[in-house]
Amino acid sequence: MADPMRIRATARDGAVNVKVLMSHEMETGQRKDSSGKLVPAHYIRSVTATHQGKTVLTAQWGPAVSKNPYLEFDFKGGQKGDKVVVTWEDNKGEKRSDEGVIN
Amino acid sequence: MNHSRREAIKTGGGLLALLLSAGILKPGEALAQADAFSMKTLAEALRAVGAQNPAASNAIVFKAPAIAENGAVVPVAVESKLPGTESITLLVEKNPTPLVASFVIPAGTTGSISTRVKMGQTSDVYALVKAEGKFYMAKQEIKITLGGCGG
Repeated sequence: MADPMRIRATARDGAVNVKVLMSHEMETGQRKDSSGKLVPAHYIRSVTATHQGKTVLTAQWGPAVSKNPYLEFDFKGGQKGDKVVVTWEDNKGEKRSDEGVIN
Repeated sequence: MNHSRREAIKTGGGLLALLLSAGILKPGEALAQADAFSMKTLAEALRAVGAQNPAASNAIVFKAPAIAENGAVVPVAVESKLPGTESITLLVEKNPTPLVASFVIPAGTTGSISTRVKMGQTSDVYALVKAEGKFYMAKQEIKITLGGCGG
């Protein structure tokens, strides 16, 4: 199981700023290991962020997003104490979901 | 285990074919996503996401370095000031597959995104924005001193 995400959600100026740091190799499938074999691609393919059950962002990624991906966005309508849930799924079908509290 | 998985794949494929033949799903819509990420040129990737000849726009603001030392981690932020922004897509022209990431922006979410991308070499980076059903684009060149693809 992948390590948890770090999610920081901050309410400011009527909007909520969300910063997410995910833990993932994001292997491109183009890199060779020391024995010259291609390392198979392994990367997060989709990301969804929800607030109170409402989707506030979805993303589709290819392998060119950097290792341990960082994502920042803003949405309106969140209150302090609300939860923001972020879920990702990679190309091998692994999933990870974590939540952050808006402060 | 293996057997049932094979069955599932077979059934899934059959279902997709059925949906396609019944005209419920258009081929472009059903397969655009996976296809777009495997396209090898910028023009092909743009066509695969359905954006042909997007208009250049000054309302798309790039926040990215002009020179990045490490191509494996290039911070890129895009802000779209276009009203009704529906999606933001990042493309790196000279990467082996130019399409990097696509973000869908629902109503209530601000049209600005920050992330970090890999770049194999110095290249133009494009931000493609869909707003009110139309495509707009802005670009910035980012110089790379150390490539981020391959070993």
